[in-house]
Amino acid sequence: MTDLSDRQQLSYIASQAADARLNVELETEGMTLNLGPQHPATHGTLRIICRLDGEQVVWAEPSCGYMHRGYEKLTEVRTFPQVTSLINRIDWLGSFANEVPFILAAEKLMEIEAPPRAQVIRTILFELSRIANVSLFLGDLGVQMGAITPVFIAFRDREYVLNLIEGATGGRFHPNFDRIGGLKDDLPAGWIDETRQVMVKLREFCDIIEDLLFGNEIFQSRTRGIGIIPADIAKDYGLSGANLRASGVDYDLRRDDEIALAWDKADFKVWTHPDGDSFARCWVRLQETRESCKIVEQLLDQIPAGPVMTKVPRIIKVPEGEAWVSTENPLGVMGYYVVSKGDLGPFRVKIRSASFNNISIVPWALKGVYVPDVVTILASLYFILGDIDR
Amino acid sequence: MSMLAADIPYWGQSLLRVLGGLVAVLLPAGAIVYLFLFKMMSFMQSRLGPMEAGPYGSMQLLAEVGKWMQKEDLAPEAADHRIFKMAPLIVLLSTFLLVVVIPFGPDAFFTNFSVGIFYGLAVASVSVLGILIAGWASANKYSLLGGLRAAGQLIAYELPMVLATLGVVIQAGSMNLQDIVVSQNTGEIFGFGGLGNPFILTQFIGFLIFMIAVQAELTQAPFDMPIAESEIVSGYMTEYSGFRFLIFFIAEFATAGVFALIASVLFLGGWGVPFQWFGWDSINDVDNWMNVAGPLIMFTKMMLLTFIIMWVRFSSPRFREDQLQTFAWKILIPLALANTAITAILKVAF
Repeated sequence: MTDLSDRQQLSYIASQAADARLNVELETEGMTLNLGPQHPATHGTLRIICRLDGEQVVWAEPSCGYMHRGYEKLTEVRTFPQVTSLINRIDWLGSFANEVPFILAAEKLMEIEAPPRAQVIRTILFELSRIANVSLFLGDLGVQMGAITPVFIAFRDREYVLNLIEGATGGRFHPNFDRIGGLKDDLPAGWIDETRQVMVKLREFCDIIEDLLFGNEIFQSRTRGIGIIPADIAKDYGLSGANLRASGVDYDLRRDDEIALAWDKADFKVWTHPDGDSFARCWVRLQETRESCKIVEQLLDQIPAGPVMTKVPRIIKVPEGEAWVSTENPLGVMGYYVVSKGDLGPFRVKIRSASFNNISIVPWALKGVYVPDVVTILASLYFILGDIDR
Repeated sequence: MSMLAADIPYWGQSLLRVLGGLVAVLLPAGAIVYLFLFKMMSFMQSRLGPMEAGPYGSMQLLAEVGKWMQKEDLAPEAADHRIFKMAPLIVLLSTFLLVVVIPFGPDAFFTNFSVGIFYGLAVASVSVLGILIAGWASANKYSLLGGLRAAGQLIAYELPMVLATLGVVIQAGSMNLQDIVVSQNTGEIFGFGGLGNPFILTQFIGFLIFMIAVQAELTQAPFDMPIAESEIVSGYMTEYSGFRFLIFFIAEFATAGVFALIASVLFLGGWGVPFQWFGWDSINDVDNWMNVAGPLIMFTKMMLLTFIIMWVRFSSPRFREDQLQTFAWKILIPLALANTAITAILKVAF
């Protein structure tokens, strides 16, 4: 912990120096570097305006909205069952997880609850989409730092998970499988055994990545002590998910919230890391992938018998009211505030997506770092563009 | 000296040398790109690589070259056009100038230059000039950053490279590459001449430093900060496309091949086999068939060394610019200096 505070002090001094440089009288003319909107480090169309002094960033600001698709408004002209096909495109790497909180909010308004079997299967699919999402992050991490091999391993092993999701739901990326009151279908025959085998493979994948990337000295020297976000700053900026836990804040909605899903049936550990640097964020995600495998394996043994759909009216009208449901999605806390006026569709939907809050810390975190570290910090903060621009 | 010098008129010799130079640069480049960049990298990453063009995708490179040749010769409007177009040629030129001094056999060389290694290290840094002006003339911020990073890095790693070479020069007692090859193959280790004395055995630290410096000079990972495609989008090459990018591309892999050739001359015994095997005493006794076998031996050694270069490239992430400068100035250069000093002392002592 001692050298941690040293590092924090260092990054503080660096940002102070960056501030001071802006204020001196004989300011040399800096360079404004636009990272994006078309840039390999931004996973899409995020633009980060960096003011550089040499290679040091003295000021940075993310500029989002290049891919805004107006989902909050679009949901208002759709019926409740139609909304899921829209919102699973928000975080396109873990799309099933996007559907769940909205469906839960609608169910909360209708005062129904999915049958236990549907709840467990929902949780399994939720965790599978988390694995699909984070495993790609672990591979992509290498690409951002110049190691091109891990990403291919990640793509190879993510394919197993996507095949599972496809086997259960029919859609690899956009399952559109969650329904108000349950699930569209039951699991196909043999799916459970296959899932067990895939989980073993995914654990191996985690070991490979830990070996190949996290154990690499260059990787460590690129991430350790870089982009430190202290716990109180992380809380102030509304960070969530692994970014928050990597700063040492023990907060996970899967454990802390009373959600009508089956996480309480599984025994898992919420990993935190005291450092709060880029390495901590990556490491926490790696551990979470392992925990997700554990959760899936445990829940596979506990799928109760019964229907996957409760009785719902043929034409779904959600009673008047307001509901807020948030879950711990792969990227962080994702929530839907649904306002219904008793119509076929929602009156208003507010989407709280994790990445939008997570990148709000970019101006703070990038101050005083070097251009190569911009890329590693952005990679370790891990955002999906669809999750920023809904 | 008979094969090239006596029978053929001067223009014929020159033509042969030009053709030989093209082969010596382009053949390794093609072999490296196909075998290592296309196939080895793919196998390391659990994929097949190109499979469609020709058997096992062996014609893929030709297809790529054909594609690049067809592209429009683009330059940014704000670019300094003349210099922008010149830059890739300068980079390639440095590769061609470099291959001139490398001996491939007792008579198979382009020029037998008495200070060959000195000349080689000097022209190797001409490519820095090309890279720097490519970065500047592109009128692109990423290119500028990449060009400056490249200049800083290449200059920093030139020094350990020179110092690592110095150990070899001290041991061989000559700067002529032909003499260095001969002294390795006639050499003895504690009276045993069956292996010759390839300097990799006695100059192992020098060899390591040289290979690390080569890795950095080639801007291959983990030293690929100047072209870091995930942050500064290929650096000085950002604005280049089509034919001019092709030249950069060829130069990158041809230079890898040529540096591997130099390393094999300096440390692995070059074209030769230990002279004791065939009872040769000096270079004048060497049979003429070595002029054919020599290039093949050189090619094998080159592929071995480029394999190592590419292996490291495909499996490591990249250093940050300041980290690799620290590595060069605080670790490599002191180590290389110590190596040189120890070599000199031992040379005098024995």
